[in-house]
Amino acid sequence: MAEVLVLVEQLDGSVKKVTSELLTLARSLGEPAAVWVGGGLDDAAAASLAEFGAATIYVADGAELSDFAVAPKAEVLAQLVAEKSPAAVLIASNAEGKEVAGRLAVKANSGVITDAVAVDSGLIATQSVFGGSTVVHSKVTKGTPIITVRPNSVAPEASAGASTKVPVTVALSDSAKKAKVTGRTVAAKGGRPELTEAAIVVSGGRGVGAAEGFGVIESLADSLGAAVGASRAATDAGWYPHQYQVGQTGKTVSPQLYIANGISGAIQHRAGMQTSKTIVVVNKDAEAPMFELADYGVVGDLFNVVPQLTEEIKKRTS
Amino acid sequence: MKIAVCVKQVPDTWAEKKLRSDDSTLDRESADGVMNELDEYAVEEALQIAEANSGEVTIVTMGPDRAAETVRKALSMGADAGIHLVDDSLHGSDAIATSYALAKVLEGRGFDLIIFGSESTDARMSVVPAMVAERLGIAQLTFAQKVSVAGSTVTIERATDYGYDTVEASTPAVISVVEKINEPRYPSFKGIMAAKKKPVESLGAGDAGIDGGQIGLSAAWSGVNDFAVRPPKAAGTVVTDEAGDGGVKIAEFLSAQKFI
Ligand SMILES: Cc1cc2nc3c(=O)[nH]c(=O)nc-3n(C[C@H](O)[C@H](O)[C@H](O)COP(=O)(O)OP(=O)(O)OC[C@H]3O[C@@H](n4cnc5c(N)ncnc54)[C@H](O)[C@@H]3O)c2cc1C
Ligand SMILES: Nc1ncnc2c1ncn2[C@@H]1O[C@H](COP(=O)(O)O)[C@@H](O)[C@H]1O
Repeated sequence: MAEVLVLVEQLDGSVKKVTSELLTLARSLGEPAAVWVGGGLDDAAAASLAEFGAATIYVADGAELSDFAVAPKAEVLAQLVAEKSPAAVLIASNAEGKEVAGRLAVKANSGVITDAVAVDSGLIATQSVFGGSTVVHSKVTKGTPIITVRPNSVAPEASAGASTKVPVTVALSDSAKKAKVTGRTVAAKGGRPELTEAAIVVSGGRGVGAAEGFGVIESLADSLGAAVGASRAATDAGWYPHQYQVGQTGKTVSPQLYIANGISGAIQHRAGMQTSKTIVVVNKDAEAPMFELADYGVVGDLFNVVPQLTEEIKKRTS
Repeated sequence: MKIAVCVKQVPDTWAEKKLRSDDSTLDRESADGVMNELDEYAVEEALQIAEANSGEVTIVTMGPDRAAETVRKALSMGADAGIHLVDDSLHGSDAIATSYALAKVLEGRGFDLIIFGSESTDARMSVVPAMVAERLGIAQLTFAQKVSVAGSTVTIERATDYGYDTVEASTPAVISVVEKINEPRYPSFKGIMAAKKKPVESLGAGDAGIDGGQIGLSAAWSGVNDFAVRPPKAAGTVVTDEAGDGGVKIAEFLSAQKFI
């Protein structure tokens, strides 16, 4: 069975959930091989790759690899593609993942598909475009299929793999050493799950009225173990930090449950959340377009509805 | 300092977008074309850098005839000159082909900085800037929320999921910018008049030394098998909070759906 390479997403050595999803998907396409780039592969990280079926872990841990942005990951993958002729390469569809995929595609003279929400055994990818209004099936027709897959598209299922570690030595080219990472700034995030990976997202918009208003949004999110999102109206007003903006020019999320509070449902907001599996809407305007997407909606003031919902959830889960 | 800005004309964000039934490419005729909103931030950043470093800004676009409107708009914001790559053989080019064609136009012109938007609102791939950097073999400084230029050293804050990375390189470099970086200016009346006299070089694929076998729909590295317009979502249940029990009702729904 041909190998399917999965680029591991990790932060400070801990493997992200999306990697378990991609390994699960890779098992249905061939033999999953995880590709680890950079230092920090400890036993716990290796065990979590084994748990989701990695037969092999290619380990490229040269000291230089983390010193430069994006390009080194593409070079490691390009070398593996040339040596191992895998059936496909799967990468998480986030900002960096898509860039790695793009550079790899140029290097390997191969086609690239981004933002897939499913990939079938014939390597046909499903994408949801134009704010979810159109479903497209596409296929790479040249070289090795390079596919970036959105977080939360696949339910991770454990299935033990051998996880044999195979060291990979890559001599970085000069052009991969041109953008040097000189610092890393981690914004305080207060223990909530990451927005693009979260199973539940609770969002607030202009209807929240002020920065302080986000307190009720955060309390609801915490009662559900959810991430907090915001519309552009709320981030532009400075009520919530920009990195939590959902939509066309913010993050694309695809959680199991999306709760939109005081958000009208402009097309640019919908573009970032329309593929959520279940959508709940709270808005005092019964005409708000957001209700068109709602599986369940309440027409009412979010400052009454949301705190009551939070209390009720706490009651039911305690 | 010589700065290029790559801008793309896209269908108006507010228009309903659809794919063509004949070749599954984006139907660009059925909607008004506008400058990709994120590219306005790229133009603004280029103008600010040029103002501070006595630079010159050239707008580069690849697209059909009417994409010239987008070049004019950038010129009316204050850019100095434009290059429009226009050729029927480019129709249907995917990101790989687009990056190849743009790299061909950009190479050998001595640009110190090549600035992009971080994403086109139609393709939404966010890969063209990285691919152009790869092809030109120059530094990639993308997803910048802040750019500082000191002589030939460029430092950016690269927006990440967890905050930002500080990334540094020497020119020449490719930069892409995110929307929080600045507030794009509106073209002034004077700017609009001045733009009419600014030079725009129109290039065909052959003029740019582009190999016809690497571009267009027939050369694409991936293809659409089929597509379908998704039927509008079936209406869900909407209740009012008149009785003041809206929160409890949502909790009941969430519980029935096994979320709690
Ligand atoms: C190119 C482009 C890109 C964009 N990208 C994005 C993007 O990425 N993400 C994004 O979100 N937007 C984006 N926008 C902006 C988008 O068009 C809308 O302006 C924005 O989404 C509106 O945010 P909102 O729904 O919070 O505000 P509004 O549209 O003002 O809606 C507020 C809603 O809150 C309700 N409300 C008010 N008070 C209460 C209350 N007490 N209780 C309950 N409900 C209440 C109101 O009835 C109203 O429906 C973009 C725009 C453009 C042009
Ligand atoms: N046809 C084009 N002409 C000029 N610039 C382009 C073109 N396509 C993409 N770009 C640039 O690449 C950026 C990212 O586009 P994309 O990778 O398609 O999301 C855009 O914001 C533009 O700056």
